[in-house]
Amino acid sequence: MTDASPGRSGARPARNLKDILYSESFRTVIYQVALAAGVVLVGFYLYQNVIDNLSRQNIATGFGFLDQVAQFEIGETLIAYSSRDTYGRALLVGLINTLTVSAAGIVVATVIGFSVGIARVSTNWLLQRIATAYVEIVRNIPVILQVIFWAAVIRNLPAPRQAIDLWGLGFLSNRGLTFAMPVADAAHVWMLAALVTGIVLAAAASHLAKRHREATGRYVDMLWPSIALIAGLPLLVWLVFGAPHAISYPQRQGFNFAGGATISPEFVALMAGISLYSSGFIAEIVRAGIQATPRGQVEAARSIALRPRFILRYVVLPQALRVIVPPLTSQYVSLIKNSSIAVVIGYPDLVNIGNTVMNQTGQAVEAIAVMMMVYLIISVVTSLLMNAYNRLVAIKER
Amino acid sequence: MIKTKVVGLSVMASLMLGVAGAPVARADSGDTLAAVKTRGEVLCGVHPARHGFAAPDSLGKWSGFEVDFCHAIAAAVFGDASKVRFVALSSQQRFPAIQSGEVDVLARNVTATLSRDTALGLNFAPPVFYTGTGFLVRKDDGIAKIEDLDGAAICMAPGSTTERNVARIFAARGLTYTPVVIENNKQLVDAYVTGRCDALTKDKAALPGVRAFDTEDPSAHIMLPGIYSKEPLAMAVRQGDDNWYDLVTWVTYATFNAEELGVNQDNVDEMKNSEDPDIQTLLGVIGDNGAKLGIDNSWVYAIVKQVGNYKDIYMRHFGPYSPVALDRDQNALWTEGGLLYGFPMQ
Repeated sequence: MTDASPGRSGARPARNLKDILYSESFRTVIYQVALAAGVVLVGFYLYQNVIDNLSRQNIATGFGFLDQVAQFEIGETLIAYSSRDTYGRALLVGLINTLTVSAAGIVVATVIGFSVGIARVSTNWLLQRIATAYVEIVRNIPVILQVIFWAAVIRNLPAPRQAIDLWGLGFLSNRGLTFAMPVADAAHVWMLAALVTGIVLAAAASHLAKRHREATGRYVDMLWPSIALIAGLPLLVWLVFGAPHAISYPQRQGFNFAGGATISPEFVALMAGISLYSSGFIAEIVRAGIQATPRGQVEAARSIALRPRFILRYVVLPQALRVIVPPLTSQYVSLIKNSSIAVVIGYPDLVNIGNTVMNQTGQAVEAIAVMMMVYLIISVVTSLLMNAYNRLVAIKER
Repeated sequence: MIKTKVVGLSVMASLMLGVAGAPVARADSGDTLAAVKTRGEVLCGVHPARHGFAAPDSLGKWSGFEVDFCHAIAAAVFGDASKVRFVALSSQQRFPAIQSGEVDVLARNVTATLSRDTALGLNFAPPVFYTGTGFLVRKDDGIAKIEDLDGAAICMAPGSTTERNVARIFAARGLTYTPVVIENNKQLVDAYVTGRCDALTKDKAALPGVRAFDTEDPSAHIMLPGIYSKEPLAMAVRQGDDNWYDLVTWVTYATFNAEELGVNQDNVDEMKNSEDPDIQTLLGVIGDNGAKLGIDNSWVYAIVKQVGNYKDIYMRHFGPYSPVALDRDQNALWTEGGLLYGFPMQ
């Protein structure tokens, strides 16, 4: 360290060394190394400080608690979980719930956001005004209030015994939406496989059609063949399996309903709150993207008699997406983080379960570190995926 | 100025040299009593809104059973029960708050358990209130016993011992339930009142307050009979400061012993002239109990005069005329069949 100080070593006779020391590239390296070392040392100092203080106060440290038995129940789980499982598994349940509500929220926010965004630039005066009012309302009310609002609305629905009957297919009550579901059958797995196959085949066929168009200039419309592939294959599998159609209808029983499937009030309230809030921002992003496409482009496309569907698909959308995707990424990431508002209304997401774990083990630093790490990873992965998509739609210099 | 520079430089230097043993910023358990005396007030962590135990009244003044124990500590330390600052803490915040030194003592419905005593780095004074897990249900649901709650949705706070107890109680009986876990107390109670949950579970002693203050028609709600868990609520302090722990412990015993010796808020001045050596020792007329604890010798006099003995405190908040009336049951003196047993103050 002392050798690196230019003052002292500079006095040495070796002229070459002096040249190196005073060279810009060498100094740049030195500064960067010093900065990196400083960051590492400060990090180490903070870590050591925490460990020292915790051990001085006889507070347990380390991540060993993740293997201990949790001894508490969780209201909604997508994987098998009981109070005899570990804290680690409890946190995993929370993570899956966070991902579920975020994924559903992203889909809903995107669909509503794109619809409202397109409506914002509509020539229909009423539609455009309604869209504007919607955007101003949802994006200007704090998201936490929106979530509490939806929770309150759902809680004030009738109790299970007076549940609103949805034509025998389901019930709406303050315990959530319970609806009829096909009874689980071996055919379902194969139908899912058929669906995936259909999507892959449709994508491949579209790609071939594009190749064909580029080679010959002839356009082959793949819209209907694609729909036939994606919807038809699962249907075919279903028929092959003898069309299993047993459906489990919900029945009132005890405090709640038996049979069917239930979406909990907390899930609906949280998803509605965070996705509607984000949809306002997404709508504005979409509007900006559409308006960023030069008018001349559309006019030029019209003048060569391109069908309106193709104008949107091949002229407007590719240019709009370049503007839309980067800010859309931040919206998705912020939606995922907003899902932690779950604690307020009691949806068992990562933070809610993390809180319980923290309180039962008393290991606040570790529990918070786990949560922070998980959110960081989810957000970074989302960003990476969206950036990859952005590169796909970005303008390519040829 | 120069001094800070020098300190800054030396910290930088020790950092650069990578000396791990360099002086670190410490959240010290240290000498709490001295810190409290210098500060001029006791920092007391309390429940944000648990009627009977701790809640701000209509004027924003804190009142409640546990609030009074905070006042008792202030009376012992300063001879002035008003020298307390209350810090409202959620069930989440309470342990980090005491660990980090944000509060001097936690009087916040904390159940004393082994893991809290050890892994959380706490010490528990003698319990001031014995209770157990209770369930509040709607009368017209026809629930009479715990077995009737099979399949029910149950509202509870996160990280409480209650959350574990319910899992244990239901598993032991082969029953199922759906927990709805909400941190915010207002939202939690609201979820039960609006019917999201079939039952609200909390410490038994906390439920009458919810019924009296948060439901539209208190008579439409009942508490399930029976006690399903042990919940000894005690004041907690940081481990590692024995003097402060002693002080909080003996403040608690002083309220028990004052009741046992018949010294209460109304007669404490007459009792000072009592011939009974036990009473004389208690009130600091003879002996040096105060000096041993590092506080004024008339500390118990100050507690009883300004706050009261255990019975005074209990009756003020849970007496028959209070909104959250509770029988004393286990919270009676050992001489009357209860569990309160103050160690001799000799």
